[in-house]
Amino acid sequence: MAKLHVETSVNGEPTEFLCEPHTTLLDALRNDIGLTGTKEGCATGDCGACSVTLNGRLVCSCLVLAAEVSGQEVGTVEGVADAETLHPVQQKLLEHAGLQCGICTPGVVVAAKALLERDPNPSERDVRFWLAGNLCRCTGYDKIIRAVLDAATEMRA
Amino acid sequence: MQAGFEQPRTIEEATALLQKHGDAARPFAGGTDLLVQMRGGMRSPDILVDLKRIPELGQLEIGSDEIVIGAACSTASLRENAELVRLLPGLLEAAELIGSEQIQGRSSIGGNLCNASPAADSVPALVANSAVCSVAGPDGRRDVPAAEFSTGPGSTVLGSGELLVSLRVPRPAPDAGDAYLRFIPRSEMDIAVVGVGVALTLDADGTCTAARVALGAVGPTVIDATTAATALLGGPIDTAALERVSEAAREAARPIDDKRGTAAYRKHVAGVLTRRTVEIAARRAAEGN
Ligand SMILES: Cc1cc2nc3c(=O)[nH]c(=O)nc-3n(C[C@H](O)[C@H](O)[C@H](O)COP(=O)(O)OP(=O)(O)OC[C@H]3O[C@@H](n4cnc5c(N)ncnc54)[C@H](O)[C@@H]3O)c2cc1C
Ligand code: FES
Ligand code: FES
Repeated sequence: MAKLHVETSVNGEPTEFLCEPHTTLLDALRNDIGLTGTKEGCATGDCGACSVTLNGRLVCSCLVLAAEVSGQEVGTVEGVADAETLHPVQQKLLEHAGLQCGICTPGVVVAAKALLERDPNPSERDVRFWLAGNLCRCTGYDKIIRAVLDAATEMRA
Repeated sequence: MQAGFEQPRTIEEATALLQKHGDAARPFAGGTDLLVQMRGGMRSPDILVDLKRIPELGQLEIGSDEIVIGAACSTASLRENAELVRLLPGLLEAAELIGSEQIQGRSSIGGNLCNASPAADSVPALVANSAVCSVAGPDGRRDVPAAEFSTGPGSTVLGSGELLVSLRVPRPAPDAGDAYLRFIPRSEMDIAVVGVGVALTLDADGTCTAARVALGAVGPTVIDATTAATALLGGPIDTAALERVSEAAREAARPIDDKRGTAAYRKHVAGVLTRRTVEIAARRAAEGN
């Protein structure tokens, strides 16, 4: 069967690719578009390593079909920094050592940025609940939470 | 058959596709159940029929008599509607419990209902609120009460070519209140051991004039616990009424033993959780919406 031709926008750039009807957005991003920042942890919606935004909404790209994003707007971790300048969430994760192996980090960055865009002043509880779908096997979460709260403070300043 | 992905723009196109392909096709809303099941080899449809480009399935309408929730609306989008949250706080509480923020961006109430898990969080709240399912098929439309929609774990009343269009919930009276509580061993990202949905109405004296209690995860489908509802009617929601409703819920629960709890434990939790849910619904009813 002929592959599907998808025209979409990724991080504001017009992007087109070919995919099988049941290919996930995660696989299309990594294998067809060449954006490997988005990670696969579980492929079943549990870990959040594959987090991206779809029309501004936080989703797991492992549970989105690539064919669905035609005409939509996808945002990935590659679009978070402004050229060489890190986003405050990224900078604070570095400063607070909010990562070790780093596999969860792109998902955490995308999810935390989405939270701060909706709520510039979240409580610690808000951050913990919002990031409940981002599993991290290394940090014990505390440093991630502190980094996000610190980024929020900086972004409000 | 070869894999396919369809994005019909109308209900007629969607039902025609579903009928034409029969068991080889599957409606696709947020995909948070379906893609996981496909990945696990539990389902292998060839044709996925995306419902999200059909306007009626993505609409939300708050009318003076009825609230119409498109079957494919994401739960995240429903939570953003302040009026809906004010009118049906319990239903929205239940919807919000589905998965993480990432899952919320995709999961739909229609998918939660059609997947027909006995533990689906939004279903007890839909039943308690007397929701009616609008179903469309090759022969037109029909209505099915939410309480009768699932016929067993993983099965529903939907026939060949049929899909769920919307959930229609009677607009709650100003003196009505609803609530949903679920019990899980941790605070996020788990499947209900027991879930309880309650909707009730109190008159000016605090007498309960209408009530519905629905229990999730304690039977093959959600249990519409009429004896529990009756235990509340005709008097105030006082200690005696709470004891009665708790006992009736314990009796109505038909749980099984599984890795998430024994049957005896679940019956006990059903009683305790029902009392707590009724208290919240009663407080909301007294405060007005
Ligand atoms: C990590 C994770 C956590 C989760 N946590 C919870 C939880 O806490 N509580 C809970 O209840 N669920 C949970 N779920 C399950 C799932 O997210 C919900 O059941 C969700 O509401 C399904 O909606 P959907 O739109 O994604 O459905 P889909 O996956 O698109 O569809 C589900 C099923 O219903 C059918 N279907 C969908 N829409 C229609 C329609 N309009 N007409 C006819 N058939 C239709 C599909 O063919 C499919 O069989 C979780 C899932 C994941 C991956
Ligand atoms: S890879 Fe998507 S949630 Fe784990
Ligand atoms: S840094 Fe290793 S999983 Fe989070």
